[in-house]
Amino acid sequence: MNAIEIHNLSKSYGKVHALKDVSFEVKQGELFGLIGPDGAGKSTLFRLLTTLIAPDSGSASLNGLDIVKDYRSIRSCVGYMPGRFSLYPDLTVEENLQFFAALFGVTVEESYELVAPIYRQIEPFRKRRAGKLSGGMKQKLALSCALIHRPKVLLLDEPTTGVDAVSRSEFWEMLAGLKKHGITILVSTPYMDEASRCDRIALCNEGQILGIDTPNGIVQGFDSPLYGIKARNMFALLETARNADGVTDCYPFGEWHHIVTDGSFNPDMFIREFERIDGLEITPVEPTIEDMFIKLMKR
Amino acid sequence: MNETVISVKELTKRFGAFTAVDSISFEVGRGEIFGFLGANGAGKTTAMRMLCGLSYPTSGSGTVAGFDIMREGEQIKRHIGYMSQRFSLYNDLTVWENICLFAGIYRLTKRETQERATELLKTLDFASERDTLVGALPLGWKQKLSFAIATIHHPEVVFLDEPTGGVDPITRRQFWELIYKTAESGTTIFVTTHYMDEAEYCSRVSIMVDGKVCALDTPARLKQQFSADSMDEVFRTLARGAKRGE
Repeated sequence: MNAIEIHNLSKSYGKVHALKDVSFEVKQGELFGLIGPDGAGKSTLFRLLTTLIAPDSGSASLNGLDIVKDYRSIRSCVGYMPGRFSLYPDLTVEENLQFFAALFGVTVEESYELVAPIYRQIEPFRKRRAGKLSGGMKQKLALSCALIHRPKVLLLDEPTTGVDAVSRSEFWEMLAGLKKHGITILVSTPYMDEASRCDRIALCNEGQILGIDTPNGIVQGFDSPLYGIKARNMFALLETARNADGVTDCYPFGEWHHIVTDGSFNPDMFIREFERIDGLEITPVEPTIEDMFIKLMKR
Repeated sequence: MNETVISVKELTKRFGAFTAVDSISFEVGRGEIFGFLGANGAGKTTAMRMLCGLSYPTSGSGTVAGFDIMREGEQIKRHIGYMSQRFSLYNDLTVWENICLFAGIYRLTKRETQERATELLKTLDFASERDTLVGALPLGWKQKLSFAIATIHHPEVVFLDEPTGGVDPITRRQFWELIYKTAESGTTIFVTTHYMDEAEYCSRVSIMVDGKVCALDTPARLKQQFSADSMDEVFRTLARGAKRGE
């Protein structure tokens, strides 16, 4: 049995089609990433799976439980961390944890060893009110609270948004640790570079899924030769490259611009044609998830 | 560096016993794209608030767009543009009404407003959305509009606080092309971001750790200095050394 099964799920808010006929499944114990920008429908999908809203059409199940019929039993077997901080700011760290344990009819002691690797980092501040915590500490407390009833499925809605690169890395290491306990994790993120931390990912945009595969499988689907180019004036280089023969797309990519090419492109010819450009360099590059996302969006 | 637009010396801000910004000094020149990076809690927001005239430093000195940050906060506000990470236009007004509202706040004349609003709609290719309620625009469009409005009064410098958070990869790049164009026309760009590839697009980058600026140079030289392949690596090296939890 798959941990999560989603069949042709759709949800609209008035005229806005937040989720359009989405289907996929997540295996037991999998760390599955929903990768996409704001407006992709990620939060809507989480709200549907946590039974907070009902779908317009389609169906979904978690651990074999239907999100409409079995909503009560689903609520006790999922852990959910919403995109917005949703703990009680006037309760202390320790009170929040106890409160969520009480809601689910468990004790903090029973689950302590599961939450310890995360909770221990904020335990020195257990008497502090949650509202007074920093962003990173709030995030750790929210994850601890979502885990306190030992959920089978963990649903994390953009846990790393607005968090700096180092803290983001640490958070993914915590998730890797939880995976070892056999917990199935569905996590969303707008940061494409986090995709490689997942077993499988779904690239999503405007309510639809553009592609599902392992991170490796996704980039292997990028079937056009890709090059990195740079020059002294990077901004001017964009326009030049976009008009060059054999170039189908050109966009900034960190230190380099990436150029997507067709079969007729020849890098040596490119260098010769534009030798007047100061500091021009070209090198073949491996596509990333973000290159694939851009390609799929333009399709 | 040609003409200096931002200059701060030993800028410090204390809240009680806590030193949020600890004696930072740097200069930013006209037309530069200055990346202002740091871990969460490093003091970026506090520093930026002082540069925007929203809060006064505890000690230190400096000027923004020619005005003293110790005394002339109100003048600074008038001569800069500011765009926050949270969308700051009015959802219940149309594109055109939002433009006119902010043009009014910045005291543009009727004629200037008309001219610049028309020019803005043309640059963004937004003419067909003139009478659309801003709330109905996709996020990427809102962010581009927000940026254009933040520069409608042709400020000396525009402050962008995580302008591309949550934006799709194509729009994120279009946004940076807007930034490039604006910088080329002589407006200084002061920008914060959590996307390390965007740090590479900056003319110079400063990285704050525990209230101090602990690195400041061009992306190329920073990578050389820290023997790193990317700005991401440079950032991680520095931010890992942070003592203060955010």
